[in-house]
Amino acid sequence: MSAQLLVEVYVFVLAIFVGFEVITKVPPTLHTPLMSGSNAISGITVVGALLATGSGYGELSTYLGLAAIIFAMINIVGGFMVTQRMLKMFKK
Amino acid sequence: MFQEIIIPIIYLLSAVFFILGLKQLSHPRTAFKGNTTAAIGMLMAIIGTVIKTEIVSYDLIIIGLIVGGAVGVVFAKRVEMTSMPQLVALFNGFGGLSSLLVATAEVYKGSLPATFTLSTISLSILIGSITFSGSLVAFAKLQGLMRGSPLAFKGTQIFNGLLILAVIIMTVFSILNPDQLFDYFLWIIIFSLVIGYYFVVPIGGADMPVVIALLNSFSGLAAAATGFVIQNDALIISGALVGASGIILTNIMCKGMNRTIWNVLFVGIKVSTSTVEGVQKTAKSYEPEDTVVIFENAKQVIIVPGYGMAVAQAQHMCHELEKILEEKSITVKYAIHPVAGRMPGHMNVLLAEANVAYDKLYDLDQINPEFEQTDVALVIGANDVVNPAARHDKSSPIYGMPILDVDKSQTVFVLKRSMNFGYAGIDNELFYKDNTIMIFGDAKDTVSRLVAELK
Repeated sequence: MSAQLLVEVYVFVLAIFVGFEVITKVPPTLHTPLMSGSNAISGITVVGALLATGSGYGELSTYLGLAAIIFAMINIVGGFMVTQRMLKMFKK
Repeated sequence: MFQEIIIPIIYLLSAVFFILGLKQLSHPRTAFKGNTTAAIGMLMAIIGTVIKTEIVSYDLIIIGLIVGGAVGVVFAKRVEMTSMPQLVALFNGFGGLSSLLVATAEVYKGSLPATFTLSTISLSILIGSITFSGSLVAFAKLQGLMRGSPLAFKGTQIFNGLLILAVIIMTVFSILNPDQLFDYFLWIIIFSLVIGYYFVVPIGGADMPVVIALLNSFSGLAAAATGFVIQNDALIISGALVGASGIILTNIMCKGMNRTIWNVLFVGIKVSTSTVEGVQKTAKSYEPEDTVVIFENAKQVIIVPGYGMAVAQAQHMCHELEKILEEKSITVKYAIHPVAGRMPGHMNVLLAEANVAYDKLYDLDQINPEFEQTDVALVIGANDVVNPAARHDKSSPIYGMPILDVDKSQTVFVLKRSMNFGYAGIDNELFYKDNTIMIFGDAKDTVSRLVAELK
């Protein structure tokens, strides 16, 4: 286990705790928007997808990366926009 | 210097924006702002990545960003609010698929990954695939493409356990025989996809909110696992946040049914065909028009929506009814059970779409003490969540589940298509109580007849 990996595990564990602390007692009204909004955040894999596509690896990796960019972007753009649509309804 | 310092700082800022965004998203007043905050965080992460010097060609990147973004816009604009559970399921799946693809690209990128990296890739593929195929099954069930009720053969769990074991063995083989890496990983992907399929297929109906929340969590964990593969803190932090958020929702859903996550996923509700015994089994039934006097003499009416309201699309008519009753100075409230519908917050979204003010929506703990002073409880397409057996009948499969105490109000109207049993496959003693009146028919039709008569 390298030192860098250990730091990554630290980061992961602490982030889980931050997540639990930040999202305590969500009111039921926001269950769906929280889910679709956080789902958009999970589109962060787009970072890995961009690197796989643009770094000049083999052809297969490049196209797998391209597919990953497309699906992650659907997730991101669709997720944030649909959450916004929902939250606008709640505002009224 | 730029690469080593500036880009990690951009990633850190984007993680901070996600944290702030999620915090704001979980409070009604700030939720709208929270969504924007998180979106800015995402934009920063994308910019921080495309300016990296590792990236040498941009044409495919631009195509990917535009195509994916455009499809996302179409989804977000076109989807009906009633299809929101399917959309959330589908998006969860896309998140998992994207992680699966990135991890796979890492296998085929040319240079041989280190031993440890191979195991994280395998884990990332496993979680990503389960999220992907599991979400597609959830989507198909919600969309009505697949039977919504539980489908399973005996030993599904043993089968899935063996497949997980196979994934582990294949990972070990790939480390021992790196020259056959590609073959092993192809099997890992196939096995993992099958696991996801059989993971969700046995779960159905009213357990859907738990599954959707759990898959939401998985989509985050898949991103975090991918973060370990490509050693990127932005993915690890954001993935962990989404993972935690999904777990919190999963927990709320399980509590709403008084069941453990283990019970929901691996045991399933004990479907029995027991009927209410020792009670004279005659349910009174009225036509909508016969109920007008009771409504007109009421001071407080509580509407209890369930999945049946969503199916009949009766939410707009409920709002009409609410307005008419309020004109007659009758107080109208809505009681929302945590697991009503097919995803967390399902009823809230539908009623918000129909312009029902969210301060009229009450959750279980707030509303239960009020039923005793309520003249009319109007149950629209809900069944198990209002079954009093959950309070006293130890032999009932839903015993102990928190329910809405509608039976304590003066009169209960139950709108239902027929006397069929609910998801738990049990009869509902509420229907045979002296103060309960059944109104059979399509919920939307029934409510609109009520509205017409009250006008």
